Amino acid sequence: MTVAAHPQQVAGTPAAPPQTTGRRVRDALLRDRAAVLSTAYLALIVLMAIGAPLISAITGHGPNEFDTAAVNTDLGGVPHGALGGISAEHLLGVEPQNGRDILARIAYGARVSLLIAAAATALTTLLGVVLGMLAGFYQGWVDQVICRVMDFLMAFPALIFMIAILSSLPQGNRSVLLVVVISVFGWPYLARVVRGQTLTLVNREFVEAARASGASTEQLVFKEILPNLRSSLIVMTTLAVPGYVGTEAGLSFLGVGVAPPTPSWGQMISSSVGWYAVDPMYFAIPGTFLFLTVLSLTVLGDRLRAAFDAGEAS
Amino acid sequence: MARYVAGRLAGVVLILFLVCLFTFIIFFTLSPDPAVMICGKTCTPERIDQIRDVLGLNQPLVTQFLGFLTGIFAGRDYGSGANLIHCSAPCLGYSFQTNQSVWDMVVERLPVSATVAIGAAVLWLLVGILAGLLSAVKEGTWWDRTAMGLALGGSSVPNYVLALALQYVLVVQLQVLPFPQAVAFGDDPVLWFQSYLMPWIVLATGYACLYARLTRANVIDTLAENFMRTARSKGLSPALTMRRHALRPALTPIATIFGMDFAALLGGALITETVFGLNGVGKMAADSIAKNDQPVIMAVTLLAAFFVVVGNVVVDLVYTRLDPRVRITTP
Repeated sequence: MTVAAHPQQVAGTPAAPPQTTGRRVRDALLRDRAAVLSTAYLALIVLMAIGAPLISAITGHGPNEFDTAAVNTDLGGVPHGALGGISAEHLLGVEPQNGRDILARIAYGARVSLLIAAAATALTTLLGVVLGMLAGFYQGWVDQVICRVMDFLMAFPALIFMIAILSSLPQGNRSVLLVVVISVFGWPYLARVVRGQTLTLVNREFVEAARASGASTEQLVFKEILPNLRSSLIVMTTLAVPGYVGTEAGLSFLGVGVAPPTPSWGQMISSSVGWYAVDPMYFAIPGTFLFLTVLSLTVLGDRLRAAFDAGEAS
Repeated sequence: MARYVAGRLAGVVLILFLVCLFTFIIFFTLSPDPAVMICGKTCTPERIDQIRDVLGLNQPLVTQFLGFLTGIFAGRDYGSGANLIHCSAPCLGYSFQTNQSVWDMVVERLPVSATVAIGAAVLWLLVGILAGLLSAVKEGTWWDRTAMGLALGGSSVPNYVLALALQYVLVVQLQVLPFPQAVAFGDDPVLWFQSYLMPWIVLATGYACLYARLTRANVIDTLAENFMRTARSKGLSPALTMRRHALRPALTPIATIFGMDFAALLGGALITETVFGLNGVGKMAADSIAKNDQPVIMAVTLLAAFFVVVGNVVVDLVYTRLDPRVRITTP
């Protein structure tokens, strides 16, 4: 997704021939079977998330609709039929006890999980790029302050602290809180790289030439330095998304993420803990979706990096 | 050197102070009134006032924070007169739920977390580094591709999913392992080992995959260095060049990362301990979060921060020993 969007934005900048880099990376990815498969799977998940209401309309089951006919109330609510109640009526089975449709919950859960991960990535990237470039561009005391803050945030036990904050904050809008908390602890990792690259870029000849020819700070930052950070930004953000998907799921799993009844994958897995022995499909299905999403994003980020690196080496 | 260490230790104290301050502010300004929490259902306004008085919740925030800090280093007294309770030196307060001393709770559970962390660390270092080394030596072969593919897959499995899957297969279906139980090593070594085996595997998988990939990349980079070509052109065998020249520079960065990962784990493996019902610091944290038991949450956050920050310093100090190219320079 990001690959397609970026070349247009920076097309025509004098710093690098972006058109060719973009096309070369795209071609390299298209030849790579793992990258194509990952992209296809991710496209499917995104489509499923967007079309969640449509899926509910077609199957006739909302994400929070109880279907007590699908579970065996005599056996404590175990779904009727094999494999967690998979049938023509419920394509991915039902939740034990209340009989909510798992396909609908997966689709609506994808919305929550992807939205939070995407928003967290956007916010982290914004913070990381702005603060990293500030530190690298102005150096001196600005750099000192930003570096100390980064050291401090990275020394924090992030997961425990995130849980602690989320558990003590008022319920309110959990999704927004999650995004903010994840981003606050996530930006230093990106900013550190951006700062390092900006530090070297600032002293390069083409930046000096631009400065000498009277370019404003704004032009230097947006026309000379930022386009050169593009490839590392694409790679780093792609590799950050699976981390955030996992973090959101983990926090929801621990009960401090999105509040029920809003479904999220981590929360679905969390509620399946008590049922894993009698209804293994209940954790296997959201678990598989989560695993494949994280894997696809990791593979894609990995291959993107390889493709960009190959370009730099040649 | 002494100046460097002193500077770093000052940094540790500063960061821990800030962690204290932040957790304190967050818990005592944002979360629900602790007095109401302790008081429970059978509560009267007089009782709430009494609790507020004993815990010093009526005093200004700064005084409360200073009291909290003093408690850690010198101990403190709660209440007065007949209600006086003395909490001796590292005082982290009392649990709102069980009225136990938080310090005692931590001390009681730390060995479990340490056992989980140490066992997992041994496992992931062995598997991760060996697989990475083999992959680097056999770069491009089917072994390399399979191992790296598995490593990529393994690092994408969320550990709670892996925990549930392992439990389902090994405990419920195949019945080769019992459900993890809280047993001391001295009472029943076999059951002890069986109980910790799954948590070790679950925790180690993600790290092993990461370390395998890191080791492979580092070794391949090192093998391309000039000094390696020199070593080989002297006529040393591949095994000998690997042992004598390549391993040390390739594994030093791993040691750094390991130090930090391990330190972070000592503060409790939250998810793994919760899923397997191991009564460690991590599970204590999860439980106290569910019950909004603030003193315990604060203690665990501080403890984890302590391990991470101290771990960072230890890693930096050890690094100068492992890699003589890095010299400590005092500005």
